Amino acid sequence: MKNSVLEASVAERHPASAPDYMPVAELRELQVERLRGVVARAWREVKHFRARLEERGITPEDLHSLDDVAKLPFTVKSDLRDTYPFGLFASPMKDVVRLHASSGTTGKPIVVAYTKEDVEVWTSVLVRCFAGCGLHRGDIIQNAYGYGLFTGGLGAHYGAEALGAAVVPTSGGNADRQIMLMKDFGVTAICCTPTYFLHLIDRAAELGVDFKELPLRAGVFGAEPWTESMRRHIENSSRIEAFDIYGLSEIIGPGVACECRRHQGLHIFEDHFYPEIVDPATGEPLPDGSEGELVLTTLSKQAMPMIRYRTRDITLLLPGTCECRRTIRRMGRIGRRSDDMLIIRGVNVFPSQVEAALLEIEGTLPNYQIILTREQGLDQMEVQVEVTPHMFNDKIGALQGLHAKLQGALDHVLGIRVKVALVEAHSLARSEGKAKRVIDRRAQ
Amino acid sequence: MKIQQISLFIENKPGHIAAPIRLLAQAGVDIRSLYLADTQEFGIVRMIVSDWQKAAEVLDAEGFVVKATEVLAVEVPDHPGGLADVLDALDGSGINIEYMYAFPHQQGEEAILIFRFGDPDAAIARFQAAGINVLAGDDLLK
Repeated sequence: MKNSVLEASVAERHPASAPDYMPVAELRELQVERLRGVVARAWREVKHFRARLEERGITPEDLHSLDDVAKLPFTVKSDLRDTYPFGLFASPMKDVVRLHASSGTTGKPIVVAYTKEDVEVWTSVLVRCFAGCGLHRGDIIQNAYGYGLFTGGLGAHYGAEALGAAVVPTSGGNADRQIMLMKDFGVTAICCTPTYFLHLIDRAAELGVDFKELPLRAGVFGAEPWTESMRRHIENSSRIEAFDIYGLSEIIGPGVACECRRHQGLHIFEDHFYPEIVDPATGEPLPDGSEGELVLTTLSKQAMPMIRYRTRDITLLLPGTCECRRTIRRMGRIGRRSDDMLIIRGVNVFPSQVEAALLEIEGTLPNYQIILTREQGLDQMEVQVEVTPHMFNDKIGALQGLHAKLQGALDHVLGIRVKVALVEAHSLARSEGKAKRVIDRRAQ
Repeated sequence: MKIQQISLFIENKPGHIAAPIRLLAQAGVDIRSLYLADTQEFGIVRMIVSDWQKAAEVLDAEGFVVKATEVLAVEVPDHPGGLADVLDALDGSGINIEYMYAFPHQQGEEAILIFRFGDPDAAIARFQAAGINVLAGDDLLK
């Protein structure tokens, strides 16, 4: 047993993965050195950041150990909006080789920049992600993350190419073509959002394509939170190994952290991204093992250093070391974001809880949507669930029974009374990228 | 003996039944009988049609959730007591009727009853023993 674990970890070791196994003391030294460097750079080059430090009466010289990171002010999303477009850049445009922007749902987007070296670091962490997923030269990787301003597409593309894999840059959308290419090219791994892959599974079944019969063996899924039950569903219905990859544009894009084949948390590439967990309400640092908000500091970013960026993602740093013998720390999977939390009649509700309840009952994830309204000053939550062929029955009693079961499970899991509505198939908006699960009409 | 009924899920909202029915019309499928079971929120449209495979295909292609179910069609004299006699044949058998509906035959004095049974074979045996005519699909479409 031990031998096979050992062999597996050696077999998947790519030269680029060397920092994953760095002795811990050496890693901490490297982190302190890089932390000082990045803070000094931001101090020197970014007016906004320098003003923040001066307000607190600190200078980069006050950083002696990693614990001192807590002295530094947080950076939040609105800092990026307020300084739109280039206010947080630490490099002149002549050194910038790439600009990406987030899909700002309200107002201006968030802009991020990369120097040539930043792109190289980004590429190297993605190589480490893919290598950790057991992918290598010879693999055919279909990259169905959107290419363009979104970091997912190009980030994964560069990484997969640098790994030595053959990349099929399908970008998002056009499920039928995605499925055709997967089949015809003998694609061995796919990168996309987990909900998009669920959509592909459903569509493939409609087209009579069985993913279990294809050479496809791995999926690298990210850009949105997903659950263990979704992983089971994906793995059972397509016989692949599903990996969780984490990242955000503000830090670098995908490739901040990724699961290895042990699937016991996501290894953070902490030689480049220093993680902390803080209490989301007070901002106080929390010890390893406690759940809180993930805060990240880029240790080597040149064009746009991020110091103590509040990710809004809720997770924990896992104590102990992974069986894969990587020394870099792991974080738990992101099940929820502090932003996603819905407060309904004073109760905290996460869309992921609704998902888990639906999966539990149906064994598959039907398409669903949460509609929030306010009636006579009271919040109302409705969960609309599309009736799939698997759920449908010609007997009214069977459908009423299913309705009651869904109602009971949701009431139980959420702790509040919700309205459940069975709706016609394909009546809810389909997601080709990030899922739009919540429609909040309470302000209307 | 058994015939195929197709059923369809629809939301109980204005206009929702029109689209699938129009699709069947365009495909040249004749609806022999239609029965709507409804709740406040949704309904199930059950239909006996001239070509159930074609109907199911057309609806499925447009994204409707369709199911085919085996039902029994029984011919009864269209006069007082006709239905009572049919039900008497099941009396004491423990055979449960999941649901049923009726429509007049196109020709003659007969009415047609459509039954959905948990155990259709047991029901067929009972009906035959009582001399009740269980129709084949072709009889129904005459």
